[in-house]
Formats: sequence, structure tokens, C-alpha cells
Amino acid sequence: MNVPDDLKYAETHEWIRVADGIGTVGITDHAQAELTDIVFVEPPKPGVVFAAHNAVAVVESVKAASDIYTPVSGEVVAINEELVANPALLNTDPFGAGWIFQIKLSDAAEFDALKSPEAYRAQLSE
Amino acid sequence: MPQRTALFDRHVALGGRVVDFAGWEMPVQYTGILDEHRAVREAVGVFDISHMGEFFVEGPGATFWLDGLLTNRLEKLAPGEAQYTLLLNHGGGVIDDLIAYRLGPESYLLIVNAAKIDEDAAWLRAHARDGITFTDRSAEFAAVAVQGPAARALFAAVLGRELPAARNRVEPITFAGVDGYAVTTGYTGEDGFEAVLPNAAIGAFWDALLAAGAKPAGLGARDTLRLEMGYPLNGSDLSPARTPLEAGLGFFVDLEKPAFTGRDALLAQKAAGLPSRLAAIAVTDKSPPIRAHYPVLIDGAVVAETTSGALSPSLGYGIAMAYLPAAMAKPGQSVEIEVRGRRYAGSVVRKPFFQRS
Repeated sequence: MNVPDDLKYAETHEWIRVADGIGTVGITDHAQAELTDIVFVEPPKPGVVFAAHNAVAVVESVKAASDIYTPVSGEVVAINEELVANPALLNTDPFGAGWIFQIKLSDAAEFDALKSPEAYRAQLSE
Repeated sequence: MPQRTALFDRHVALGGRVVDFAGWEMPVQYTGILDEHRAVREAVGVFDISHMGEFFVEGPGATFWLDGLLTNRLEKLAPGEAQYTLLLNHGGGVIDDLIAYRLGPESYLLIVNAAKIDEDAAWLRAHARDGITFTDRSAEFAAVAVQGPAARALFAAVLGRELPAARNRVEPITFAGVDGYAVTTGYTGEDGFEAVLPNAAIGAFWDALLAAGAKPAGLGARDTLRLEMGYPLNGSDLSPARTPLEAGLGFFVDLEKPAFTGRDALLAQKAAGLPSRLAAIAVTDKSPPIRAHYPVLIDGAVVAETTSGALSPSLGYGIAMAYLPAAMAKPGQSVEIEVRGRRYAGSVVRKPFFQRS
């Protein structure tokens, strides 16, 4: 499974990349492989403030619906409209075109506390 | 302890994702449900259906006995023909839906749902008649469904002869010296066949089908394929609390027969008017996949819940079935289906959802 070195990870299989206080969030390659064919994405509403580890989005495969949790607290500032139109991007490019939402971090310490790539790889091999 | 079919090791070796289904460890998918669904609609897929039950009924009076227990009319079948039929309780509710294959004048193969093998067998034994032998041979037999436009060519390639042209036929086959049956029935709406063979022979038969080009397909695709045709799934769309008339299966119920279990209840229900009908609902809004047990609303009020649902892989929109009040179950009726608090518009349509153009 691909686990890029430049990202941080949540135990619930989301990844986050932070630049200028804005975090871009998606799900990992492992998560998309487990979920299989993703056919529907319900992103969070822009402008809404969430606390870390709350369910903010739903992705649905043919067989099941799964909650997506925000790894950090903050206000949702953007969602990936292209993904809503083409949910399969989550399967084909989970770390790129398949990003789900962007969030303005309210507490940078939460980001620091997330898993490193090494720690997430260790979780996957457990 | 879940049971495994004779093909279990092959499912694992093929990367199948195994889930519990009716007490069996079955593959829900191999490469992906959408991929497998498409393979069946466009080429050919093969499903392990060994979990299903095989009953044999024979002896003088077998036709008359079964016609007293099942809704359709076996008397109308010639040997070598088959029909879809239902086993009802005394209230007219569905115990199981099954296919009866007439092997000889007084000899039948019944293929029943995996989850209902024990209940069906107990019911038939409770109604036993002298001179008629009922044998549950589910544990001895395995079966595969080979479905899709290329299934016919596969049959010829693997068995060296032509598949019967007509639907609902059964004939003996011999594969690698082992006797079984080929039947032209299925649960996908596609051309194809199902093969019933003893456990020991099914692995080599499966391998031969794959070598000839069949794509392994799991229960996930089996469910989306059957739902696109509007075929009911017992336990979801059929239940002991609903009659086959409510389920829209009146075509498979011969009320002209003098007697069969549940007939009186069906006649009474027909005379009083059906309280509900299983409606096919197409969602017109862009929606999440529809699943079972979602609320169905008409004029803003919840009137039912879905019994089955999917995002149709062939059509690209949500499809579902639900028992609506009979007056509201007419094609064109507007409905809404609620998913996580949001309502999506749809309407009642005629079955099947999917028709080959």
C-alpha cells in the first residue's frame, strides 16, 4: 500500500497535508482498497466548524456507507466538487485528485499529534 | 461455525473478499462489484451458488403432492422443463421461492435458498406422503451459475454440446465422468445456465469455465444484477408476512388449482383487495446508493421502507423496491426516499428496471 512520506495520518485512515494553516484531507490508499468501488461522496458543508475526530463526510461503495472523520479541528473552507461529480477518483488517485475537503486548522498541535508515515505503516502491518 | 462450499479455497486464491451469507462463507467480490456486474452484462461471469439447496422428490403421485404445496402448476411441465414457484405458509405468506425442475414424470429437483434449506425440508417432511421420497441432498451437491451473453459459447466449449435454446429447461450432463444437471435458469436477466454437480467435480468444472473465459463474480454483483431485473430476494423482498400477490408474483400462483397451501388466504386477500404491492422505484434525483430499510415517503409522510436498493451499475441511478399501499403502487406515482435525513425524488416504474436495448 502506498503511504506517502509528506503526509500525516489518522488512525481512522484519513491523510492530511497542511500548507499556510489550511489542511487538505482525504482517505488513504489502504482505505480506498478496503472500501472498494466508491460510487458516492457526501462532503462536509463549507463554513461549518468541526472538532477533531468528528464524522464530517460520507463515502459510499456499492455495498456500504462509511463515515470520514476530520483529523483536526477547524472550519471547512473548500470541498472537492470534482470528486462529488466523479467519486471513482477516490479509488484511482486517493492522495491527489481524490482529496475530499480543506479545513482551516484551529489548533496546530492537533496536526503535530497525528501519525507519521512510519507510525501509520506500522498500524497497517499490525 | 459458518459453512464453506467446495470452491472456498479457489475463492481465496482468486483474491475473493469473503463474507458471511446465510451461514456460509461466500465471496462478495473478487476484482470489484462494478467490474463483475459489467462482465455479466457484456460477456460472461460465473458465480458459486453451492450454498443453495438441492432437494429431490420422486415416486408415484409426486406431481400431485408438490402441486398441493407449491403455488405454480407442475402438472403443466413436460419432463425436462422447469418453473419458478413458491412455498407458502397457511396464511399465504412466503416461506421460500424456488425453482422446480421436472426430471421425469414423477421425479423433481428443487433448488431452494441457502438460508431456507432446513425450514423448507422440515415443511416438506411434515407433509410427507407414503410412496413419495423426499431427499435433501444439499450437502452432496455444488452448483455454479454461468451468466452473460457469452455463457452459451462457454457451455459448448466446456461440455462439447449445445445448451438448450429455451429458458427453464433441465437436462443431464456428464463432466469428467461425473453426472449432474444443466439448467437454463438464472438470477441476472442474462442468457446462461446453472450447473449442478457433486462437490468432488465442481472444482475442475470451475477451472474449465475460467480457462474458457468466465470471470468470477461474487454475491455483490449477483445482488445488483438481480435487482436491476426486479427479481425479489427472499428475506429482503419476500417474507412470511407478505403474500406472493403483494410481491407481484401472481403469474407464478395458479389459483385455478383446486388446492395448495395458502390458497384460501390468497383468495381471501384477492377478494378483499391487496393491502400493499411491492413497487419498483427509480430515483430521479442524483442520490447516494439506496439500501434496504430506508424510509419511503409519499406527500411528505413515511408510507414504507425499502426492502432492497442499489445504485444501479447499468443505469447509473438509484433503484429500490418497497411495499407501498396498493393505491400508491402504480407506475408514475411520485415518491421520495430518505437517506441520512435528506429526501431524494423518485417514481414508481414498471419492472424490470434494466432492459437490454
